[in-house]
Amino acid sequence: MTEALLTAGGLVKRFGPHFTAVREVSLEVAPGETLGIVGESGSGKSTLLRLLNGLYRADAGSIVFRTSELVGASTSDLRKTRRHVQMIFQDPYACLNPRMRVEEILTEPLKIHKISRKERKTRIREMLDAVQLPASALRRYPHEFSGGQRQRIGIARALVLRPELVLADEPVASLDVSVQAQVLNLLKDLQQEFGCAMIFVAHDLPVVQYVSDRISVMKAGELVETLPSRKLFDHPQHPYTQKLIDAVSSL
Amino acid sequence: MSTPLLTLRDVQISFQGLQVVKDLSLTLHPGEILGLVGESGSGKSVTARSLLRLDEAAGATVTGTLAFKEFPNLLDLSEKEMRSLRGNRIALVLQDPMTSLNPVHRIGDQVAEVFRIHRGLRKREARAEAVKMLEAVGLPEPALRARTYPHQLSGGQRQRIGIAMALACEPDLLIADEPTTALDGTTQATILDLLRRLRNERDTTILFITHDLGIVSELCDRVAVLYGGHLVETGRANDVLSAPSHPYTRALLASVPRPNQVELSPIPGEPPVPGERPPGCPFAPRCPLAVAQCNTLPKMESRTGEHHQSACWQEGKGTS
Repeated sequence: MTEALLTAGGLVKRFGPHFTAVREVSLEVAPGETLGIVGESGSGKSTLLRLLNGLYRADAGSIVFRTSELVGASTSDLRKTRRHVQMIFQDPYACLNPRMRVEEILTEPLKIHKISRKERKTRIREMLDAVQLPASALRRYPHEFSGGQRQRIGIARALVLRPELVLADEPVASLDVSVQAQVLNLLKDLQQEFGCAMIFVAHDLPVVQYVSDRISVMKAGELVETLPSRKLFDHPQHPYTQKLIDAVSSL
Repeated sequence: MSTPLLTLRDVQISFQGLQVVKDLSLTLHPGEILGLVGESGSGKSVTARSLLRLDEAAGATVTGTLAFKEFPNLLDLSEKEMRSLRGNRIALVLQDPMTSLNPVHRIGDQVAEVFRIHRGLRKREARAEAVKMLEAVGLPEPALRARTYPHQLSGGQRQRIGIAMALACEPDLLIADEPTTALDGTTQATILDLLRRLRNERDTTILFITHDLGIVSELCDRVAVLYGGHLVETGRANDVLSAPSHPYTRALLASVPRPNQVELSPIPGEPPVPGERPPGCPFAPRCPLAVAQCNTLPKMESRTGEHHQSACWQEGKGTS
């Protein structure tokens, strides 16, 4: 295996004195790789993602991105790393500022990370093409778009900084079935095009398998099993993985 | 075949002049589970709610025939008559059991309320009946649980309460509007088991609304597929899922990832929003087989398989 892009070890996150959301989680992501994380609601998947991009501070453990340690890092150091670690959210209705035009939504991350005015223009045009939205979209507000289009805007915002790692939290869960497949294929294509790694969190096993190289199964704050994606349905090792598989409806 | 429990004929539903459901005809037989399938905006929930005439206060106009049991048309009933049917003869289970239960009342009292209103039982008797219902839907320690509040229960348990309330009066028809969408996979499986068991024990007729074709294959006897406010295909669930006839049904089945899926073929574009629907076949703008003729609306026609029908001009011309 090539050198890891991100390595997390013994991550712990507690909420209050009695609840531990993430218990001793360790994982590794190689450059360009997709790691899928499956689990049911309350298993700690979203909390784990938020630890990885520094939205939550870990109570214990370490997160090394390339060579920098993120746990305990200063806010300004974290900001430098965030440029390379971007997030795609579940709800395309809630994650876009309703009072910003698409152009502002896509410009904001570039401004924050001090990309020159000229470069901004080219990058935004390039991203819009990549997510297959027309140039006229730039002048419009989020409410003028459908759910699938909004998710494309969310993806464009995440990729416009050309991150090395994308954290996707249930990115297709709130989309219609006929639109889900479009967005999944788009994510796969863009990842190839931009060569970024991805951690893809979802509850739907076939969806996670479709986009991932490896899959970790999360239960009650722990990763109980990590296996190559193609082995998910045929060679699960942990009984909990088997239980999740049994609940997948046969179509 | 038995007399239908419910027959919809040429039902039209519109909101402020905006037509959301067009020319819908459906039948539902006693003891049957019919899956009403569609994406957001297809008109599936509005159709179900129209059976209880719930959206009229919100500005819905419903025309056509909704024949149910001894009533030739539910649309002709007075509000008082409707009220005696709701929750009694026709019951509804909603998607989100957190918002459909009252957070400040104990769950036993909420289930008991149904018995007090529709059966005229006294408090004590109604409570006893409620505990029996909680037991019937598989809630452990029902007498103890009856004294808890909704927030003390898990999502799956809350949905069992919703089902207990709906089935309390042994309704002729249970409408379930995406009752498992908010639940985890393993919990969903237990709720589907429960519905199957209740159907077998009580012969309840169920109209099951969902966007999930996997649920249709596991639970439903027949399926009706809606797209853009139109019925595009109907038939036995097995026939429709194994030999889909309408291009939309075929494309939808091809776009669902299954275990070990290597490639997915998505449907281009997005479902139409009401008010921006094409004049003819609603699927034509996204359909790979569309021709000029698709600008006029095709009729439902019989296909292979018992009662298997679909509405497509191209079907039966050797294109499939």
